[in-house]
Amino acid sequence: MSLPERHEAVTADTFLRGLWQENPVFVMLLGMCPVLAVTNSAINALAMGLATTFVLLCSSSLVSLLRKMIPKQVRIATYIIIIATFVTMVDYAIQAISLDLYNALGAFIQLIVVNCMILGRAEAYASKQRLGATLVNGLGMGTGFTIALLCLGSVREILGAGSLFGVQLFSDNFQPWVVMILPPGGFFVLGAWLLVFAWYRQRRERRLLEQEGVTTDGR
Amino acid sequence: MTQPAAEQAVPSTPRIPMLRTLGLVAALSGFLVVLAHHLSLPLIEENKRIAIERALFKVIPGAVTRRDFQLTADDIEPLGEAAPAQGMHLYAGYDAKGALAGVALEAAAQGYQDVIRVLYSYDPACECIRGIQVLKMAETPGIGDKIAKDPDFLRNFEALDTRLDPTGSGLANAIISVKHGSKSEPWQIDAISGATISSKAVARMLNDSTQQALPVIARHLDTLQQPAGGTP
Repeated sequence: MSLPERHEAVTADTFLRGLWQENPVFVMLLGMCPVLAVTNSAINALAMGLATTFVLLCSSSLVSLLRKMIPKQVRIATYIIIIATFVTMVDYAIQAISLDLYNALGAFIQLIVVNCMILGRAEAYASKQRLGATLVNGLGMGTGFTIALLCLGSVREILGAGSLFGVQLFSDNFQPWVVMILPPGGFFVLGAWLLVFAWYRQRRERRLLEQEGVTTDGR
Repeated sequence: MTQPAAEQAVPSTPRIPMLRTLGLVAALSGFLVVLAHHLSLPLIEENKRIAIERALFKVIPGAVTRRDFQLTADDIEPLGEAAPAQGMHLYAGYDAKGALAGVALEAAAQGYQDVIRVLYSYDPACECIRGIQVLKMAETPGIGDKIAKDPDFLRNFEALDTRLDPTGSGLANAIISVKHGSKSEPWQIDAISGATISSKAVARMLNDSTQQALPVIARHLDTLQQPAGGTP
C-alpha cells in the first residue's frame, strides 16, 4: 500500500502484449486446465474464451477501482470473492443462453475461479494500474486467451471429429482421429502449437541478431 | 524470544480497513449474484422446458401435444407445471387427433464416467419401447457417447419388446444387453463394440424403469387415454 504507484500510459502495446509477447497460453502457459479440457470443439473453446474474458475484464476493473482500499493482508481473499462473483454470473448467463453449451462445458465454468491468468492479472496488473490501462490490458489478455483456445479447439475438432463449429468438412470416408478430442489430444495439439510458436520466435530473434550484426559490421 | 516479535506485529494489521473492504466486497458480491440469478431464472426455466419438449416430440413419433402425470407405486395422477412430489414424472404425448401416441419416462443409471439420463418412449399399442433420447451424459467422446448418436445402436429401440408377464407385475423378459452382433430376441440390446459399460448402463436403466412403471401404466391406461382437455 505504501509502494509508490507507477502508472502505465495506455498504448497499443498495452493491448497487443496479451495477444503476442505475453500470450497467457502460448507464452506464459497460464490457465492450462481449461486450455486442455474444454478445447475438444471450436464452439466450446470460443464460449470458454469469451466467458473467461468477461470475468477477467469485470474482476480486473473492480480490483483496479478498489485498489487503494484493499489492505494487502486480505488482497487474495478479496480478489477471489470478486472473481467468484463474476464467475457465478457467467454461469447463470450460459445456462440462460444454451443448456447444451452449459452441459458441454460442465464444471469448467465454475473452475474459471481458479484460473491463474485471472488471479495473476489482478495481482500483477490491476492492483497497481488505473482503470483505463487495466481494461485495455485485460481485453488484450482475454482476446489472446480466446484466440489460443480457438487455435487448439479448431485443430482438435477438425482432426478428431472432421468438422468445424459443428459443420461437417469431409465426406463419410474420413475416419475421425478420435484421440484428438480425448484428453491426450489436448496435450498433442498444445505441444504442436508451442513448437510452432517457439520455432517462429527463434527464427525472428536470429534474424534480428543477424541484422544487428550487419549494422555493427558496417560501422 | 518470539513473543515480543509477535506482539509487535499485531498493531500493524489494519483491522478496520480489512473488515470494511471485505464487508463491502462481500455485500457487492451478494447483490450481483442475486441480481444475476433473478434475471436469468425465467430464461433458464424456459430453456429446460424447451429441451424436454424437443426430446419428447422426437422420442414419441407423431406426438404434437403433451400432458404431464405423476406415476407412483400404484397410481397415475395428472400433474400441473410443477415437478412431481413423489414417484416418477410421466409425459404423455398425443397426436393431432388427440389420441394417445405414446408415453415417455426418464431413466437413469451410472455410466462409465457419470450418471447417464435418458428419456424413453413406451408405446402401449405394441407394448414396446419406441425410442430413446439421451438427456445428459459424460461418456468418453468417440466411444461411449455413441449411445446418443450411433444409428445401429439406436435401431435397438425402434421396437424393443417390453411385454408384461401373465400376472402383470413385471416384464415377461428382462431387457438385457448382449455382445455386439449376437442379438437374437426382440428384448435384447445389441451393445456397441468397445462401449460395453455404457451399453449395459442403458439396458439396466431401461429394465429397472420399465419393471417399475409399465405394470402401473398397464393398469391405468384409461387415465392416459382420455383426450386432452376432457379430464378434470
